[in-house]
Amino acid sequence: MPLEIDHLRKTFGKFPALNSVSLRAEDSEFIALLGPSGSGKTTLLRCIAGLELPDSGSIRFQGENLLAQKVRDRRIGLVFQHYALFRHMTAAQNVAFGLKAKRGKEKPSAAVIKARVEELLALVQLEGLGGRYPSQLSGGQRQRVALARALAIEPRILLLDEPFGALDAKVRRELRRWLRQIHERTGLTTIFVTHDQEEALELADRVALLKDGALEQVGTPEELYHQPATPFVFEFLGDVVKLPCEIVDGAALIGGARVTLLGGSRRTAGAGVAHVRPDAFDVARGESEGLKATLGDVVSAGASARLDCRLDNGDALEIRVPHDLAQTLKPGERVSLRPREARVW
Amino acid sequence: MAGAVASPAGAAKRWRFREPSALGGFWPSFGFVAVYMSLIVLIPLAALVLRPWEIGIDGVWRAVSSERTVAALRLSFGAAAVAAAVNAVFGTIVAWALVRYEFPGKRVVDAFVDLPFALPTAVAGIALASIYAPNGILGAAFGAHDIRIAYTPIGVMIALVFIGFPFVVRAVQPVLADLEREVEEAAATLGASRWRTIAQVIWPSIAPAMLTGFSLAFARAVGEYGSVIFIAGNLPMVSEIAPLLIIIRLEEFDYAGAAAIGLAMLVISFALLFALNALHAFMIRRGGA
Repeated sequence: MPLEIDHLRKTFGKFPALNSVSLRAEDSEFIALLGPSGSGKTTLLRCIAGLELPDSGSIRFQGENLLAQKVRDRRIGLVFQHYALFRHMTAAQNVAFGLKAKRGKEKPSAAVIKARVEELLALVQLEGLGGRYPSQLSGGQRQRVALARALAIEPRILLLDEPFGALDAKVRRELRRWLRQIHERTGLTTIFVTHDQEEALELADRVALLKDGALEQVGTPEELYHQPATPFVFEFLGDVVKLPCEIVDGAALIGGARVTLLGGSRRTAGAGVAHVRPDAFDVARGESEGLKATLGDVVSAGASARLDCRLDNGDALEIRVPHDLAQTLKPGERVSLRPREARVW
Repeated sequence: MAGAVASPAGAAKRWRFREPSALGGFWPSFGFVAVYMSLIVLIPLAALVLRPWEIGIDGVWRAVSSERTVAALRLSFGAAAVAAAVNAVFGTIVAWALVRYEFPGKRVVDAFVDLPFALPTAVAGIALASIYAPNGILGAAFGAHDIRIAYTPIGVMIALVFIGFPFVVRAVQPVLADLEREVEEAAATLGASRWRTIAQVIWPSIAPAMLTGFSLAFARAVGEYGSVIFIAGNLPMVSEIAPLLIIIRLEEFDYAGAAAIGLAMLVISFALLFALNALHAFMIRRGGA
């Protein structure tokens, strides 16, 4: 049964945090809410959890009106960026908290709680660490305790608010892969907030990109990356070089070179601004078709290298080329830069 | 519990006078503490400890174990404990309101909290006595229900609650302000009721601060004199506090007897505060902070 968010609005004072957001999450879907800070992604998540009350709009899940339910009755698991663990409780007590809070007939016996806690600690690969206090665990371990705690109540939806934001890059990648596995095993509808486009593209079935409290584009990672609906989407998902161009016969003329226009681009003739990824340039030595430039620094960075170029019209331009090609180029050389593809809106 | 910090096996922890530190500064700070504590606290207290023995151990024992002294000590410590407990509860509620809610006049209320610190205690005592005396506003109201406050142990407690009030508020307030909102939100999403959240999440976090406030309020109340004597009526065996008994002894030129009661208060106070500090340290360790 899907989660349906319809025309949700929320303002803080005069600041519109959410501006008529509609989004639908299918059963077992893994959705990333992506956007810069202040775009409303955390507010949307908190509205679903029940920690914020929207001004208008509706949130329905399995046909129920979620907004009519209290936070504690919604059974929606939430994992916070800074873990929000109970410091005076051990990892096992943290995980057991939600089970012990159940009321009446639903409350499991002590033996069942104990077994379930151990099962969950095993699921998050923390066997044997149940007796540790949060202060005795690393950041990655704490976040796994927080996830086990959220899963303990058998939530109907799992929400994660920048769950890996406070962790270092290596741990983050590890946990990311592992979160995906857990999702596949539990089949829970999962929504997670991130400002890291790489994380969103790698993890999610669909990505919802927010800007200023409104949805800019919703789609699969491939759709967002290859068919960005707006310049904002294109710029948010990677570095962009902007070049003036002329559209003639359905192609862009840049520095005299004909450049293929990618899907979704405007094709009507006239002046425009071409958006090109910095790694989508062919670099030729000497004078040939394309933008004429003088090479500045060549900075090697792992598998690729950055070229600082000075165009003949005076503009600076940074592009990326494979490491091998960069080896053959020297600062001060004359080069021609030809974009392989461009987008014009 | 795995929470206990185990020392490495076999290495019986050798008591060391000086913890090695790359930053140094141990001797100046230790020297300062030793000199300052001696001048301000230890030497005056040593005088108190030495004074009473001129009347002999018997004399000291008689001074301390007389029925009137025991009653005074019991009232002083008992009333101080009750007053500190009352303050621990209501001071925490006031701190909660000041931290969590916005209301008109909040800053004024916040400033009022410290007034019992600033007022000369005798002024507070006279004010309380005039209100709670049988012909005072509140005294008359209670008197109509046959409840007497002034000139009874209840009056003593009210005075001690008054002067101890700021301690708990000021001890709990910063801890409450630092409490992460997210921890409570997490409890709510896990299905916990508000009461369960307060009892199992908030309470363990602020309990050490409440205990600190309790200890301070208690210590202050045990030694309190000025605000109590007016409302207490000072009937021997009923509403006479130990500090007043000391004054009475002094007025009788029984300096050794006065010092003996003082010494008894010192020993009991030290034992209680030491126990409270140990409990506090235990709570902090349990909190894993």
